[in-house]
Amino acid sequence: MTLDQLKLGQTAVVQEFTDDFLSLKFIEMGCLPGEIVKVVNIAPMQDPIAIEVSGYVLSLRKQEASTVVITLLNDVVLNKTN
Amino acid sequence: MNSHKNIINIALVGNPNSGKSTLFNSLTGLTQKTGNYAGVTVEKHQGKFEYKGTTFEVTDLPGTYSLFPKSLDEEVACKTILNSSNDKLDVIVIVADATNLKRHLLLATQLIDLKIPCVLALNMIDEAEKQNITIYKNDLENLLGIGVVFVNSRKKIGLEELKAEIVNAKISDSIFYNFEKQLKLFPNLKTYRELVDKQFTSNEVESIQIKQFEKEDNISRFYKLNYIIAKCLKKPEQLNKSITQKLDSFFTHKFFGFLFFFLILFIVFQFVFFVADAPMNWIDEAFASFMNFTSNALPKGELNDLLVNGILAGISGIVIFVPQIALLFFLISVLEDTGYMARASFILDKIMQKFGLNGKSVIPMISSVACAIPSIMSTRTISNWKTRIITILVTPLISCSARLPVYTLIISIMFKDEHMIYGFNYKGIVLMGMYLLGFAAAFLAAFVLKFILKTNEKNYFIMELPVYRMPQWQTIGMLVFKKVKLFLFNAGKIILAISVVLWFLTSHAPSNVFNQLEEKAIVLNTPEDELNAQKLEHSYAGIFGKKIEPLIKPIGFDWKIGISLITSFAAREVFVGTMATIYSSGDSENTETLREKLSSEKDVNTNLPVYTSAVCWSLLVFYAFAMQCMSTLATTYSETKHWKWPFIQLVFMSVLAYGSSFIVFTILQK
Repeated sequence: MTLDQLKLGQTAVVQEFTDDFLSLKFIEMGCLPGEIVKVVNIAPMQDPIAIEVSGYVLSLRKQEASTVVITLLNDVVLNKTN
Repeated sequence: MNSHKNIINIALVGNPNSGKSTLFNSLTGLTQKTGNYAGVTVEKHQGKFEYKGTTFEVTDLPGTYSLFPKSLDEEVACKTILNSSNDKLDVIVIVADATNLKRHLLLATQLIDLKIPCVLALNMIDEAEKQNITIYKNDLENLLGIGVVFVNSRKKIGLEELKAEIVNAKISDSIFYNFEKQLKLFPNLKTYRELVDKQFTSNEVESIQIKQFEKEDNISRFYKLNYIIAKCLKKPEQLNKSITQKLDSFFTHKFFGFLFFFLILFIVFQFVFFVADAPMNWIDEAFASFMNFTSNALPKGELNDLLVNGILAGISGIVIFVPQIALLFFLISVLEDTGYMARASFILDKIMQKFGLNGKSVIPMISSVACAIPSIMSTRTISNWKTRIITILVTPLISCSARLPVYTLIISIMFKDEHMIYGFNYKGIVLMGMYLLGFAAAFLAAFVLKFILKTNEKNYFIMELPVYRMPQWQTIGMLVFKKVKLFLFNAGKIILAISVVLWFLTSHAPSNVFNQLEEKAIVLNTPEDELNAQKLEHSYAGIFGKKIEPLIKPIGFDWKIGISLITSFAAREVFVGTMATIYSSGDSENTETLREKLSSEKDVNTNLPVYTSAVCWSLLVFYAFAMQCMSTLATTYSETKHWKWPFIQLVFMSVLAYGSSFIVFTILQK
């Protein structure tokens, strides 16, 4: 699953990146594997979106969000219990 | 640090939104100077302060997230840090937002690894306290190996402590970079600094390796920072829904968000169009009476004429822009400073992206309904180079206030007041159409340029949405002042030079033609306005206007319009004044006589009216699109630091104007 598929209010954990350049940008913005992200806003035309990460709000386009592989936080919890 | 030196050079480095500029203002006050970094339009802010007999020279570097730049601003910041040999940069003051410490510390750890003496200024400490965040200063100092100072730069708290720490700044013993990884990838690079340097000289293979290093190194830095934060910072588990979130749900709302944005546009429009009007009139009148006074006080002659109609007229043409520039920058700074601008970008990005523009292009484009000059200057807030260039290039297509007198004159030749359609006045409809035409052309041109312009810079929209803050009036005032100064001395020089050239062209003629005309006028008792018309006709500008007649014939213009095209290069509204002189209709303020003369003007050979609707439409379209404004070109140059861009702007707009006029004229002629 990728970040762009997340619905408003959903929380997930960043796993990896599929774009080399954008991954560098994401990491220096504190959005790195293991971090928890939450979608806090979606623009009126459904793009871009805003996520809460590392204690602040970051906005990004859906196309950029699609390069961030995530795991829904509920799934993480489920996997742990299994 | 070298404490016996009399001058200590310090640089403020930090992420965007770390409150760096406010700290810089608090430290340096009125000693600030603004310039540009060599060859680029990134602003360079410098200032100084005295502390215990030592002078501190402060440079405020552009905000950057890391030492591996992703934009032009960041590149300038990084290169300035790296290029300065140790005696040019004695201490780095790292500015970090205490409410968002972890991300801000990434850059701090990179700077510490450069082995330059550093001090960490934890800014906005008051807000951190409000959020119940506790930072253990001593632990942080120990782990980072540098002095840490709590600062509230808005209230000027902690500045003395910061100054004391700067004097005692030392190189940290701590190392944060992944030296094992570096050694593996680059056995020849001994220090982290050499590696950071390497990114600007690397070949393709090395550049990939550096990116790989950057990625792993930054991840490992954040792991270390997780430990540091756990040790040094305590914050409440659950944050209350902050004011920022509440405001966001309004400002980015699909209805109220856009409504508010249009309200902002309306206010901006009112300011630059109407509020600026009064001071512009004062400047205009003050200069007019001063020019009148000078002209009478000094002995008549060539020098008097040059001084009054060349130089003073030129300076007046520069100063007249100051109210609009100041007002627009005031408004834009408030929007930026409060954090609203980032939200405007957020809601508009989707639409603007299609045209190669972004949310921040909207305000410059709307302001250019008043004038393209402040608009072009305000594009500096657009951090993406390509977006910024496109905005600069297309902005002058939007009908500015200088076109209004030209439109009004030409439309009034074509339509009478009583021409109505469905209860609407024809004149008003055409005028509105001209404005819409300008907007349409600007967006279309942007859309085309999006595909033409090539750039290495990646276009992305990964951007922080900063928390809302009250604007800092002192910082804003300083910025407005610096912008005005920058315009007066950069673009101003060029405008003055062109103004003097235009003066020469209109007031001089080959050999002594003017003398002959004057003698003839005395004999024939010619009225003065007719003599002036004859003089203009025989001046260099007149000769040039006649020379270009074959060129402008296909779009329906004669040499009289030709002369006006040349003179109105100074400013579009000059067209009306020149036409008034040519048709010797006397007072250029009274366009009614001019309108009548133009309406009744007959062709000498065919005895048909000259100003047919084909000619009028052609003129309207021409003035809508043509780059008839030296001040805009001068501003484009001073904002892009390259003659290429004003040249491209001039060529593409001229081609567009000529082509469109040609089509309009050819169709309507039949």
